[in-house]
Order: sequence, then C-alpha cells, then structure tokens
Amino acid sequence: MTNFENIKQLALKIRKNAVSMTSTGGSSHIGSILSIADILAVLYGSVMSYKADEPKWQGRDRFILSKGHAGAGVYAALAESGFFSVDKLKTHYKDGSDLSGHVSHKGIPGVEFSTGSLGHGLPVATGMALAAKINEDEHMVYVLMSDGECDEGSNWEAALFAPHHKLDNLVIIIDRNKLQSIHSTEDTLGLEPFVDKWQAFGWNVIDVDGHDLAQLIKACDSKVEGKPLCIIANTIKGKGVSFMENQVLWHYRSPQGEEFEAAMKELDNA
Amino acid sequence: MRDAFLKKITELAAIDKDVVLLTADLGFGVFENFESKFPGQYFNVGVAEQNMTGLAAGLALEGKKVITYSIGNFATLRCLEQIRNDGCYHDLNITIVASGGGFSYGSLGMSHHTTEDIAILRALPAMSVVAPGTAWEAGEATEALIKSNGVGYLRLDKTVADENSTHLFSLGGSIKYRAGKDVTLLTTGGILRDVVLAAELLQEQGIDVGLVSMHSVKPIDKSAIVTAANETGGIVTIEEHNLDGGLGSAVAEVCMDNGIVPKIFLRIGLNNRYSSVVGSQDYLKAYYKMDASAIVKRVLELL
Repeated sequence: MTNFENIKQLALKIRKNAVSMTSTGGSSHIGSILSIADILAVLYGSVMSYKADEPKWQGRDRFILSKGHAGAGVYAALAESGFFSVDKLKTHYKDGSDLSGHVSHKGIPGVEFSTGSLGHGLPVATGMALAAKINEDEHMVYVLMSDGECDEGSNWEAALFAPHHKLDNLVIIIDRNKLQSIHSTEDTLGLEPFVDKWQAFGWNVIDVDGHDLAQLIKACDSKVEGKPLCIIANTIKGKGVSFMENQVLWHYRSPQGEEFEAAMKELDNA
Repeated sequence: MRDAFLKKITELAAIDKDVVLLTADLGFGVFENFESKFPGQYFNVGVAEQNMTGLAAGLALEGKKVITYSIGNFATLRCLEQIRNDGCYHDLNITIVASGGGFSYGSLGMSHHTTEDIAILRALPAMSVVAPGTAWEAGEATEALIKSNGVGYLRLDKTVADENSTHLFSLGGSIKYRAGKDVTLLTTGGILRDVVLAAELLQEQGIDVGLVSMHSVKPIDKSAIVTAANETGGIVTIEEHNLDGGLGSAVAEVCMDNGIVPKIFLRIGLNNRYSSVVGSQDYLKAYYKMDASAIVKRVLELL
C-alpha cells in the first residue's frame, strides 16, 4: 500500500526547506522548485529504489534533475530521505558551501549528476539507460526536465535516440508549468501540441496532474515494452504558496522578510 | 593515422567489453568490421554531436570507456559545453576522437578546417589534448587515452610523418626525433612530416637542428621545453592551427613560468585567419606559409 500521507509530508518538507534555503541564501528559482516538490516526493517517497546509506548501490534507480536551477529541491529531498543531514541544507548558496544554486554532485551523496545548463540531463540519462540495457541491469533511469528546457535542441536529439534504441528503462517527467523565465512557454517559443510532439517521436506519453500523487505514481508504473516513457506533469509554478503561484516573478525573486514569513505560514498551515 | 587508431580500438574492444565507440554518422567504410565484431560496443548515434557527448557521459558514469568520433569541429566545438560540464566536471573516461586535424579536409571549406581545437580544448581543466605526428604515436595515444581516466582529445591528421621512435610513449611526454644545438623545432600533429623535411633541408645548409614532437599539448612536457630553451639556440614552434592559444602559446607559457627567455622564439602557424581559399592540405600549408620551405625560410631569417 502506498502511504500517501508520508509522500505528502515529504513534499511539504521539500517546500519548507526550499523556501528557507532560498531565503537564507538569498537565492531563488523558488517557483520552479515548488512546481516539482510533489514529483520529487513521489520519486523519493515511493517510486525509486535506493539505499540512502549506500548511495552508489548498483541496483539503485538513477535520477537526474535536468532543470538544475531547482537543485535546492533535490538537496532537500535527499536530506529528508536520509542521504545527509537536514542541517547541512542551511549552508545552501553560502560562501564555502558545496550546495550550489544549480545541483552539483561533488561531495553530495545521492546526486548522480550535476546540471545547470539546460538540455544536458536527457542525453546523459539516455546514455545511462543505454548502459543498463547493454549490461542487462534492471534499474530504471528517471530524468526531471522543465518545459522551457524543451527549447534546447539537444533534448530532441536524445528524444530521437531513446525510442530508436527501445530504451523502455528511461522515464522523463516534464514539469509543465507553462512559465519560463520571462514569459509563458507559448509566448516564448510555443511547445504545443506538446503531447503530440513526444508521441510523434515514438514515446509512450502520459499526461497527468503533476500535483496529484496517485496520478504521478500510476504514470511512473505505466510502462510499454520497447518504448521510453514521457510523463507530462501539468504543474503550477510556485505551487503551495498562493502569492507565488503562476507568477513569473518568482522565477528569480528571493523570499525575504514579510514575504518569507507569509510563505512559511501558509506552508505551516497546509 | 586513422588506421592505427582503428587497429588499436579493435584490439582493446576485443579484450575489454566496456570499450564503446560512438560515431556521429561519420566513418563510412571505416567501422563496419568493428561494428560486426563488437555488437553492443558500437553505436552510430546519428548526426547529433551534443547527444553523442551526453550519451558518452551517461555510459561512462556506468563504467564504460567511451570513444566519440566525428570530424574535427563537430566532435569538439559543436558540443563543447557537454565536454566541459558532462565529461570534464564528472571526471569521466571519454576519448574524443576528431578526424581531420588542421587542413586535412582543406578543399571542403572552412567548416571542416580544424584550426582552433587545440586552443579551445586545452583551456578546459581535467582534459588531455593529444595531436600525434606519426601513425605509431596515434596508436599509442589511443591506448593511453582509453586506459586513462578523464576526458581526452585525440586529433587525427591525414598527413603523417614516417619517423620511427625507439622511445616510450606517455601522455604528457614528447618524442625527440632529432638532436641539435642551433635551434629546436617543436611541433604537434601530422605537420611533423613537413617539419622533418624542413629540419633535413636546414641541416643541409649547416644548421644543427633539434626536432621534438610535442604530441601532448596538455599536459605538456615542460622539461623538454626547458631543455630546448636552455640548451639550444632557441625555439621555433610549428602547428597547423591558429597561433592564439595553440602549441606556441603553451610553449611560451612554460618558458615564462620558468623564467626563461629563449634566445630565439618564433611561432609558425595560422595567423588568425579563416581560410576561404580552396586547396589540398599541402596547398593550404604552403599558402599559409607553414610548409617545409616556408619553415626553412623563416628559420634562416632568424639565425
């Protein structure tokens, strides 16, 4: 039985940690982090196999955050899942820390791969999935991407490769919050019809509510033999803090002072 | 040079199933034998160099020793950020192999002229940059790069020198093909053939010429440079590459860092140009004054 309450609590902890980390560090991308908190909670709280005390366990499922700017969310998910102390999160973005604004693997147990420049995660994850096929390993490879990131051509190179090589051990989850750093995705460089595009490239595509835990878990389980899986998770940027929701401002704004207090209060009452 | 590379990877793939070759749809008539012999160790990834380099990183993260292959700029500049972020930052075993160093594909036009690769790649930390001068150096470099952890760049050239060596090859080393006290010619890549010829012509004119193949531009053989600067009449560097940031720059850095000013110092190469002139490799080397006769003329002017 899936324990939805535990996953929900993990998502809430990710959100609260992320708001604190971006406030204390003076960093941002908080809207992008809140957008994926439920997805991270589902992966670390239910879907993925891993051993927090043995991060390099060969049988683990692999995870790459391709939208590296939401790295604070991954750091929080890892800390709350036991990979390192939650206390370490307080150093995020600070001088001398190894928890950089964009996710970095160096010295951080549980981070498979460092990103920050968009369009890198999917090709690398595809290589990891190909290696697993060659080695006849059973684990899965998950990569979490942003929708705006799909502007990058490198993703479409990998999007062609993975179905051609029948990499059904590869799962991408696209955080479809429809906002990028300045305007909406459709006003910037239109992605629609988005589902059709991925289907036309040969992917098994599932369109879900990216904040519905049950839908996300079910989608992760919906494998079609011989096809990589693309989950388009329809999300709300800034989800969980009302005044941040769907506001492009919170791509770059750091929650400080009264805004920080208000955000934490809302999450405390959630 | 390509044959030596192919022979070496075929030997290595036979004994190590983790050796994987990726090509971005180049190598027609080259890799068929490798592909049929080693299924699961060869992938033509299509004309997609960014994905190829990302795939290489993913494979290498899982323990593979990955070779990526394409023409000069495609395997390097097209996917430079993947090389830097995905490969170098993660300390992965990836060997980037570019066919067609310098003007190897001269008549094909500037897109195929590989004349800034050494400078750009040697700027990356955690990177080895190797431009062999002979087929033997190319084979040895292939093995050394695949067997060493970290990202390496192997620049293969159509021109090849016939020199033989009794020396051992090592990454970061160099091969002295000729000892001489008047001046030392330091070169990298297949242009070694022209430099050997230039050295013979200079010798005929009574100049005692030293000649060293600096096959490794990064890491570079500092002691060979210091010795040439201190113990011979001076240094002339020759490279089929732009002057900014190439071998000559690397040699100058070593000299300055060691407080040495060679009595003579000259860099021969391409002087900040993109070539729109059509011509064979030999034609373009002559046109841009880096063939044997141009090297002889410029050395004689100095002495």
